[in-house]
Amino acid sequence: MLKGKAFNTRLLHAAADRDPFTGAVSIPIYQVSTFHQDPDKPGDYDYSRSGNPTRKALEDLIAQLEGGVRGFAFASGMAATSSVLMLFQPGDHLVVSEDLYGGSFRVLTTVFDRWGLKISFVDSSDSEAVEKAITPSTKALFIETPSNPLLKISDLRELVKIAQRHNLITIADNTFLTPYLCRPLELGVDIVIHSATKFLNGHSDVLAGLVVAKDQEFADKIGFLQNALGGVLGPQDSWLLIRGLKTLGIRLDRQSANAQIMANWFQTQPWVEKVYYPGLESHPGRQVLSEIASGFGAIVSFKVKEPEILDKLVRNLTLPAVAVSLGAVESILTHPVTMSHAAMAPAQRDKLGISNNLLRLSVGLEDTFDLIDDFLKAIK
Amino acid sequence: MKINTTLAQIGNRRDATGAISFPVYYSATFSHPALGESTGFDYSRSGNPTRQVLEQAIAQLEGGIAGFAFSSGMAAITTLLAMFKSGDHLIVTEDLYGGTYRLLSDVFSNYGIEVSYVDTSNVDSVREVIRPCTKAILCETPTNPLLRVADIRKLSELAKTRNILCIVDNTFMTPILQRPLELGADIVIHSATKFIGGHNDVVSGLVVVNNEQLAEKIGYLQNAMGAVLGPQDCWLLIRSLKTLGLRITAQETNAKVLAHWLTTQPLVKKVYYPGLLEHLGHNVQKSQAEGFGGMIAFELESLELVPKVLRRVKTISFAESLGGVESLITYPWTQTHADLPIETRERLGVNDCLLRLSVGIEYVQDLIDDLAQAIGGEDDAQG
Repeated sequence: MLKGKAFNTRLLHAAADRDPFTGAVSIPIYQVSTFHQDPDKPGDYDYSRSGNPTRKALEDLIAQLEGGVRGFAFASGMAATSSVLMLFQPGDHLVVSEDLYGGSFRVLTTVFDRWGLKISFVDSSDSEAVEKAITPSTKALFIETPSNPLLKISDLRELVKIAQRHNLITIADNTFLTPYLCRPLELGVDIVIHSATKFLNGHSDVLAGLVVAKDQEFADKIGFLQNALGGVLGPQDSWLLIRGLKTLGIRLDRQSANAQIMANWFQTQPWVEKVYYPGLESHPGRQVLSEIASGFGAIVSFKVKEPEILDKLVRNLTLPAVAVSLGAVESILTHPVTMSHAAMAPAQRDKLGISNNLLRLSVGLEDTFDLIDDFLKAIK
Repeated sequence: MKINTTLAQIGNRRDATGAISFPVYYSATFSHPALGESTGFDYSRSGNPTRQVLEQAIAQLEGGIAGFAFSSGMAAITTLLAMFKSGDHLIVTEDLYGGTYRLLSDVFSNYGIEVSYVDTSNVDSVREVIRPCTKAILCETPTNPLLRVADIRKLSELAKTRNILCIVDNTFMTPILQRPLELGADIVIHSATKFIGGHNDVVSGLVVVNNEQLAEKIGYLQNAMGAVLGPQDCWLLIRSLKTLGLRITAQETNAKVLAHWLTTQPLVKKVYYPGLLEHLGHNVQKSQAEGFGGMIAFELESLELVPKVLRRVKTISFAESLGGVESLITYPWTQTHADLPIETRERLGVNDCLLRLSVGIEYVQDLIDDLAQAIGGEDDAQG
């Protein structure tokens, strides 16, 4: 029924958009842990950890949007990542984007390392470097693109080719772009992960993670792990996320447009040392991203020249919240060294260029005149 | 302060507005006053005000120093198991919840975590399997579904002398009836979906620890692995806790009556309930808990009776899970314990004639009438 329909239409109508019993156009919140069983014929649901109708509507929706066979909802992006990482065995080796989210770095280096998972962190925007890092025990590429916080662009098409040559699976974190702008499964990636706390939900009010598998084999394995490990998303949060997704397209259109304006403006400012935004002509990943995605997203990072500027911005800005997280309707300014990437080893941060003068701005829906005005007043 | 007072007051006098019911904080993230300064909350995965009220409440109720809330009982156990590394050995109750067995045998075994399954109601059999690399005893008491009782004091003592952790799954008792940390255990875990949630409407897990070092480890893993409980579900659990004392009392009262009634039924071969004098663990249970709980298992005389009973119960629901105000009947053979190997199930007595009854707060005669017609009544047309 939805085949061939535009993305913005599918956002509204792909998720069990009608309750079969009442016709309600918003799926009910099934706040229930267990379900009556018919001893003669098992029904679709028996226990909410294994399956819940509200969560299922969300899972079907994200699978539809990403173009996979099945979706999975988790209690947080990290619960999603942790569950997917459980696919691997001791001794397995993964090649991972080096400037990835600090929380993913932490779980890889302090939890999964104890179980014998081996990791090489490489600059995944350099496909050759990725291929060089592959060893006989490598099982997967784990790619974040655009990367966090420096917005380096990896060419998923090339990485998928490399992975297929070496019989590896490719996992992509699509948090920054969402399926509205980029659909990694269509480029050959096997598993997509989201911190749905960010753009997918978009309102700074739900902590959630989503996973989509391209084929049945991984869907079965991840489904087993989701149920066995139990890091599932609750029904109320599932419902809020479905609600958040309804406006994903229009939010991202505006947020990306605002981000382009802010990035352009930052470039003109004497107190700014460098601006990182894939939509800028000067960005080295711009061409690749424009080939694999239909937009550049709403995250802009920039380095300031003087430490006093950093201090002034953090103290005086009145519109962007100084906080972790991103992707919300409200603009959020993050200091990666002390916030999102505090969990990353200092040596690793230095190596990547995540320096103390770096700030990350998640551009919201505020009018950009107000945002620019706020920045100008803050640095005075 | 008596426990019912503590329960009723959870979350009160905590909010700046004076709200008696603590608010649901949906916020995923929190503004920082300045760089390097924090309100105490940064990001809801690391800490959320509503979750904090719940976590502090369960810590207080269990007599521990810190509590942690997870998106399910299995997420709680998964996070706890992440404390261990390849080569570590655990001693685990043999007739434990099938989901925990599955997690250990199908997931953590891949990571080189070794497990011995023993009868934890027998301390000697636990002692015998301790190895140099043993890191913890993980026990359920009373067990699921056979309600065998482990002596928490003795197990904790043994664990201490051998420098290993004693972890107790307190799901069946709740801190109303049993507080394992006071008996010497190090960590308590709950599927809070069950008696603590108590309304068959929230999937959740809780962990409580008795020292700073463990609090730090579990807190780290909760944040790093991220299987935290959402704010709405935390709020529902806070709400549930307020009536926990009343519910447990009512459920236990009903369970005692039903257990005795079941022992008089000719088509019931065996009844497992720790409150029965002839139950093997009765005395240990009396010495370490303030009651016997609301769970009963019973074996029917013949396999043919099983589908008949499951089809005919009208008030009692045939469904997985337990601990709610609504009575549920479960068939462990194909439901909760389907993941245990058949040999293990048969050896333990989790056979194909066994049913598990989670007793709710309905009027007890209605439950008796329902079971009586389901077990003994004439088959109806569809029967």
